[in-house]
Amino acid sequence: MKKTSLRFKIVDAFYIAMMIIPFLVGIVLKVLTKPASEGINITGAGIYFTIPMPLQDFPVTESQVNSLLVSIVILFFCLFMTHGLTEKCQLKRQHFAELIVEKVDGMVNENMGEFFKGFSPFIIGMMALSAVSSLITLCGLYPPTSDINIVGGWAVLVFILITYYKMKCGPINYLKSFTQPVAFLTPINLISEIATPVSMAFRHYGNVLSGSVIGVLIGTALGSLSSKLLGWLPGFLADIPLLQVGIPAVMSLYFDIFSGCLQAFIFAMLTMMYVAGAFDIDTYKKIMEKKNAKKAKKHASVE
Amino acid sequence: MELALGIILGCCALGAGMAMIAGIGPGIGEGNAVASACEAIARQPESKGSVTTTMLMGCAIAETTGLYALVIAILLIFVAPNILVNILVNTMAAL
Repeated sequence: MKKTSLRFKIVDAFYIAMMIIPFLVGIVLKVLTKPASEGINITGAGIYFTIPMPLQDFPVTESQVNSLLVSIVILFFCLFMTHGLTEKCQLKRQHFAELIVEKVDGMVNENMGEFFKGFSPFIIGMMALSAVSSLITLCGLYPPTSDINIVGGWAVLVFILITYYKMKCGPINYLKSFTQPVAFLTPINLISEIATPVSMAFRHYGNVLSGSVIGVLIGTALGSLSSKLLGWLPGFLADIPLLQVGIPAVMSLYFDIFSGCLQAFIFAMLTMMYVAGAFDIDTYKKIMEKKNAKKAKKHASVE
Repeated sequence: MELALGIILGCCALGAGMAMIAGIGPGIGEGNAVASACEAIARQPESKGSVTTTMLMGCAIAETTGLYALVIAILLIFVAPNILVNILVNTMAAL
C-alpha cells in the first residue's frame, strides 16, 4: 500500500470533519430552539424563522434545515470516498466505493434496462438522501422524511420524470395513452396518474412518521408503567423509570433503522419501475427510425 | 360551549380510531404475500434473493391503503381539532 502524504491526510481529515459537523450543528440548533419536554410531545417540524413574502410567508423549518445538512453530509461522504482514486486500488475505501457503484449499476440495469444506464447516480442519490434522512433520528434530530413537504417534493420530481419519459414518444401518443384500453376509462386513468406521486409520498412519510409516533408512545407508556409497577422501591430507585431502559432501543431497531432503510430502498425501486414502465421503447425506436429516414431524405434532396 | 368542544374532540378521536380499521386489510394481504413467499422459498431455496425483494416491494405497495388510513387518523388527531375549535370560537364570537 502506498504511503499517503501529509496534505492528503489533512484533506481527508477535513472531509471527515465535514461529515460530522452538520449533525452537531443540527443538534446545537435543536437544543437552542426547542426546550426539553416531559411526557407525550408529538409535534411537526419546528419553525426557526419566517421570511415575509408577497403572497405567503415563507417559513424556514427544521425539516428543510435538516435535509440541507443531510445533503452536505452525503456530499462530503462522496468526496471522501472518491478522494485519491487510482487505477490500481491502493486505498481500502476505493474497494468500497467500487462495490457501491457496481451494485447500483447492476440493479438499475436489471430493473430498467439498457436504455436507462445513466440513471444510476440519480437512483443512488435518492436512496442515500432518503436513508440518511430517516437515520438522522438516531442523533435525536427531526427526520426530514417525516415531513410530507420534503417527501412530496421528491415524489413530484419522480412524477415529472415519468411524464417526461411518457412525452418522449410524442404528445399525441401521450394523450392517447389515457384512453387505453377503453375511451370511457379516461377519468380513472387520470386519477391513477395523479395517485402515483401521492401514494409514493404518503407511503414514505407515513412509515417514518408512524415509526416516530409509536416510539414516543412506547417510551411514555413504559415510563408511566414503571412508576406504577416499581413505585414501591425504596428511595431514589422509585424515581428512575427502569422499564424505559433497553426496550425502546429494540423498538427503534425496527422502526427507525430497518423501516428507514427499507423505505429508502422501496422509494428507489418504485422510481425505477415507474420511470422504466412509462417509457415505451418500441414506439420510441419506430419514431426515431422515421425521423432518421426523413432527415436522410432531406439531406439527399438538398445535395 | 363545553358540550360542543367535547363533541368535537371526542368525535375526532373516534374518527381516528375508526379510520384505523383499514389496518385489517393490509394485514391480511401482507400475511398472504409472506406466506406465499415462504412457500416459494421452501420449494426453490436458490431463488431466495429475488423472492425476498419482490415480497418486500409487494408488501410496501399493499401497505399503501393502510397508510392512507394512518394519514387520515393523524390529520384527525393533530390537525382537525385545532381547525374545528377555531371555527367554533369564531362562530361563538360572531354570535
